[in-house]
Amino acid sequence: MTATETPPAAGAGAAGEDGGGVVGQRMLRKEDARLLTGEGRYVDDLQIPGALWMGMVRSPFAHARIGSIDASDALAMPGVRAVFTGDDLADEWAAAMPCAWPVTDDMKAPDHWPVARGKACYVGDIVAVVVAESRYQAADAVDAVVVDYDPLDPAVDLEDAASDRVVIHDDLGTNKSYTWTLSPDPDAVDRAFAQAVHTVSERYVQQRLIPVAMETRGVAVVPGVYGGDVTVYSATQIPHILKVMIAATCGVPEQKLRVVAPSVGGAFGSKLDVYAEELIAVALARRLGTPTRWTEGRSENSVATIQGRGQVQHMELAADGDGRVTAVRARLTADMGAYMQLVTPGIPLLGAFLYHGVYDVPAYHFECTGVFTNCTPTDAYRGAGRPEATYALERAMDSLARTVGVDGAEIRRRNYIAPDKFPYESVAGLTYDSGNYEPTLDRALELVGYDDLRAEQQRRRGAGERKHLGVGISTYVEMCGLAPSRVLASLKYAAGGWEAATVSVLPTGKVQVVSGATPHGQGHETSWSQIVADRLGVDPADIEVLHSDTALSPHGMDTYGSRSLPVGGVAVAMAADEVIAKARTIAAHQLEASEDDLELVGGDLRVKGTPTRSMTLQEVAFEAFSAHDLPDGTDPVLTAQVTFDPPNFVFPFGTHVAVVEVDEDTGEVDLLDYAAVDDCGPQVNPMIVEGQIHGGIVQGVAQALWEEAVYDADGTLRNPSLIDYCVPSAAELPSFKLDHTVTPSPTNLLGVKGIGEAGTIGSAPTVINAIVDALAPLGVTDVAMPAHPERVWTAIQEAQGR
Amino acid sequence: MIPAPFDYRRAASVDEAVSLLTEHGDEAKLLAGGHSLLPLMKLRLAQPTVLIDIGPVSDLSYIRDDGGTVRIGAMTRHHDVAFSDLVREQIPLLAEVAGQIGDPQVRHRGTIGGSIAHGDPASDLPAVLLSLRGTLVARGPGGEREIAADDFFRGFLETALAPDEVLTEIRLPAVPGVGWAFEKFARRAHDWAIVGVTAVLSNGSVGPGVGLVNMGSAPLRAAGVEEALRSGSGAGDAAARAADGTEPPDDLNASPEFRRHLAEVLVRRALESAGA
Amino acid sequence: MEITLSVNGVERSSDVEPRRLLVHHLRDDLGLTGTNVGCDTTSCGACTVLLDGESVKSCTVLAVQADGHEITTIEGLAATAGVAAGELHPMQRAFHENHGLQCGFCTPGMVMAAVSMLDENPHPSEEQVRLGLEGNLCRCTGYHNIVKAVLAAAGEEVSA
Repeated sequence: MTATETPPAAGAGAAGEDGGGVVGQRMLRKEDARLLTGEGRYVDDLQIPGALWMGMVRSPFAHARIGSIDASDALAMPGVRAVFTGDDLADEWAAAMPCAWPVTDDMKAPDHWPVARGKACYVGDIVAVVVAESRYQAADAVDAVVVDYDPLDPAVDLEDAASDRVVIHDDLGTNKSYTWTLSPDPDAVDRAFAQAVHTVSERYVQQRLIPVAMETRGVAVVPGVYGGDVTVYSATQIPHILKVMIAATCGVPEQKLRVVAPSVGGAFGSKLDVYAEELIAVALARRLGTPTRWTEGRSENSVATIQGRGQVQHMELAADGDGRVTAVRARLTADMGAYMQLVTPGIPLLGAFLYHGVYDVPAYHFECTGVFTNCTPTDAYRGAGRPEATYALERAMDSLARTVGVDGAEIRRRNYIAPDKFPYESVAGLTYDSGNYEPTLDRALELVGYDDLRAEQQRRRGAGERKHLGVGISTYVEMCGLAPSRVLASLKYAAGGWEAATVSVLPTGKVQVVSGATPHGQGHETSWSQIVADRLGVDPADIEVLHSDTALSPHGMDTYGSRSLPVGGVAVAMAADEVIAKARTIAAHQLEASEDDLELVGGDLRVKGTPTRSMTLQEVAFEAFSAHDLPDGTDPVLTAQVTFDPPNFVFPFGTHVAVVEVDEDTGEVDLLDYAAVDDCGPQVNPMIVEGQIHGGIVQGVAQALWEEAVYDADGTLRNPSLIDYCVPSAAELPSFKLDHTVTPSPTNLLGVKGIGEAGTIGSAPTVINAIVDALAPLGVTDVAMPAHPERVWTAIQEAQGR
Repeated sequence: MIPAPFDYRRAASVDEAVSLLTEHGDEAKLLAGGHSLLPLMKLRLAQPTVLIDIGPVSDLSYIRDDGGTVRIGAMTRHHDVAFSDLVREQIPLLAEVAGQIGDPQVRHRGTIGGSIAHGDPASDLPAVLLSLRGTLVARGPGGEREIAADDFFRGFLETALAPDEVLTEIRLPAVPGVGWAFEKFARRAHDWAIVGVTAVLSNGSVGPGVGLVNMGSAPLRAAGVEEALRSGSGAGDAAARAADGTEPPDDLNASPEFRRHLAEVLVRRALESAGA
Repeated sequence: MEITLSVNGVERSSDVEPRRLLVHHLRDDLGLTGTNVGCDTTSCGACTVLLDGESVKSCTVLAVQADGHEITTIEGLAATAGVAAGELHPMQRAFHENHGLQCGFCTPGMVMAAVSMLDENPHPSEEQVRLGLEGNLCRCTGYHNIVKAVLAAAGEEVSA
């Protein structure tokens, strides 16, 4: 497809000067063979002789004082070794459960202990832990623990919670945790609204979502009883961060701790956390001197694992007579849930800078108030703040289009940031690295046959047909590649955003890559092999990528926020380049040439002009290892460790278009077609990129059409199982039409941007815009998510005054 | 995820199953395909103390042409019903419905008898039974008896089967060439119907039959629709009576009001599709 | 209770509780951890195996019900189909070649369901493939490449 004017960054495939690299190829994945044959090793697969099984006794009340806990029946059951309450475990904790992002200096957050003490604050809050010899016995014992609860009035609805009618955490005195504001020039915003020819003012609800990784969570802790070492196997996407947090919370000396994420069956942000069960497993394994493990059930996961989204959004646009947006004002109330998990308060803020998105807007106001509720804590879920921003903006832009009297494509064209404005200094304080939005719109419309669709839509309307055709558009930009550490500091996020990589050429010429990234489906072993293969001129099959085990990969900041390629992959490339530099020094010495006279071609270091004077990388590696003839000061190991702290976020972008058919009589929405044209810069492995986009699209479409965590007034989750929480199957979906543009990022040597979340960021508003477009003649201007049949049908009835 | 403990008995014949049921009374449940019972047991919503596995009973899986009646053994799997040439020719409605129960894996295990004996108003097969005015055959300690479909479904998960009876056969009239339709309105392809409609037009000797799925606490027929059809109403007018006498449930998927509306729409579509 | 199953062509005898789910028997008792548990309501299909050649959800079959029957799990798929040691079954290969997996957790169940589907309907349309996989949930791939893989395994022209 079309590349834009900027040539691909010089770094990509530089070693392959003779052309034909592996980067950019649809190389089949190295990960597949073991996963396809049942050789994956997820936490529950691990066979740990002598391990005891934990079962969690969870509060069935959203808000209740915990009275007596009678474990006598449970303790009498076969195989049950122990039952622990919150008070029993009080001395196990060196610190309360961590929140890594206190977003304001005055942010209010309750102490959060792994097992509740005194009060349960959400359905699912752990109040006791049973330990038994088998998973079946643990399940039986959980049912036999008798807990005396004194139920309290819960605060479930977000706006009710914000009113403080019921205060959840007595020591805080309020449910409002923080208000965070980004408002560079409030007067400019007010003036823009005062002078606006057109305004849009809308309220949207980002419903709570259950991430539903197909593998539920699990943990197994193996203690070395005499040595004091502790090995933690966890279905986590953050083994490095978890290690630090376990050390801090459980008081395990960090140097004795090893954290392993074995095969992990999907995460989407829901395993980017430090969970009570992990900490309890560590504490009990050490206390009992026995391996201790736990595997989460599915209905359990729905309440025990963080949920995503959970916001009420007030979105306002001011625009001139041509529909050019002059100001954006976005105000959110964000549902924290009962407690802060690792990144809970910051998730809405990850979108704070993007409520004007791809549009050139001069005045901007964003504020967010975080509020506690008696529901499962929220935290990162694919997109984490950016889908919410894109949804509000892209819905509002369609409203603006209707107000101005132009179609959705036209309103966007009038407002896109022009391609010659990059790097673009946004009113929100970001510098967008690169962008070229309009070609993605053009191509996406072409892929769906936009003009023909509009013609068909007109025909159906003229014929009074009751199956309405609709086309929805969204253009998104997102900020990912989390993140420049100094920016994180300015936002008060407790950790950094660098990544580490080590590349070693072993004495026999094989290559080992150690990465701090922690893949759980993204195919890093393949992509990193491609990057290193091109740079070193080595066969990808001769490269082994090690990761996700702090004993093998001691340094890293893990995988989330679409950071692995633009931060971790770049680090890998940099490390490979340093290895080449070291090899050059050795080869120059041994070939009696100057380093500048050497070129690396196809794995050989050769003297330019005299190709017979050469050494293979393997020969250099062995020369290093034997150290018989190295220049003074040269290490006898051909290895390089690099860390990369990105100078900026990266800003992938794209346009998605959805085509729907809405049945006026039943409210049923059928997704007929979906096109996505995305730009993440040069693609290391287009096959993997497309796969990330496919999966991302479906999660956003699912938010638009099917998914919602439904709470009743008591704070009970009504749909914890997959019978009622409607994750779509293949039967509900079409195949997708994908294309891409390539607009490299100038901020890293590969020119790459992240893509893992982009599909989800672009898709939900695309679908809802399509539904509203379909039903516009009936007077419908909004349908809340998920747009299930009754909701759509009701919107039609109300618009028609029935 | 894990059922409560239970005792397990196997029956190699219907008579053995009957005597085990008689022995254990209310404490016992039959296990056929297990795809109605085991999901409930895994959530501990059902905790029978004795399971009687009739999986080994080999002579309850059959589909027979009995000249004007199709006789189906209670242990016949949904998959086999859906793909049976005989059923496709003689009772295409049944083949269609059986082929949409759950998903392929469920259809390989679930049985027609197990599904019907479960008595769930959200299941599709009871509506077929009512539409076709079928007959159930049950065997108990006192011998065999026939139960008309209209007498079979008593309430929510409650049928006319006594605790010591085994459902052995389902009998349905052969209706080749008679107009029929099945409308299943669901969120996702493998979900239970929010509302479902099974329709069979009159074949001259037997009147029209319209069954409703998930419109009450028990499987039921759209009696108002049938009456309207018998008195000559067209599809639209008959459909207006779809919700007569129903008390549709209120749940996550739909309110009673929406269900009533859906029933009317789906009945009209079904009748039009069947050729009313 | 004593049971004997033929698992991937090998007779395996065990003593199990009646309530032992087949999936736990395969995973925990027989060490065949390829088959996964993804839900608790027979919804997700991650536990799909072949029982007497037909796809079933092993979380909704008791081990005692499988007594005397043949089970094929993902570990035995290739061998029981007569594929040479170390080679992939054509369905596994199709998933590999079409990037039909990411995290791999749904994959064994998805592959087994697809094998059973093609066994019953060797030349499905795209729509039939999608319907045929209605009992298997995936969260990573968006199904697009899974459908491609199954169509490829069926030898259909793959257009997407």
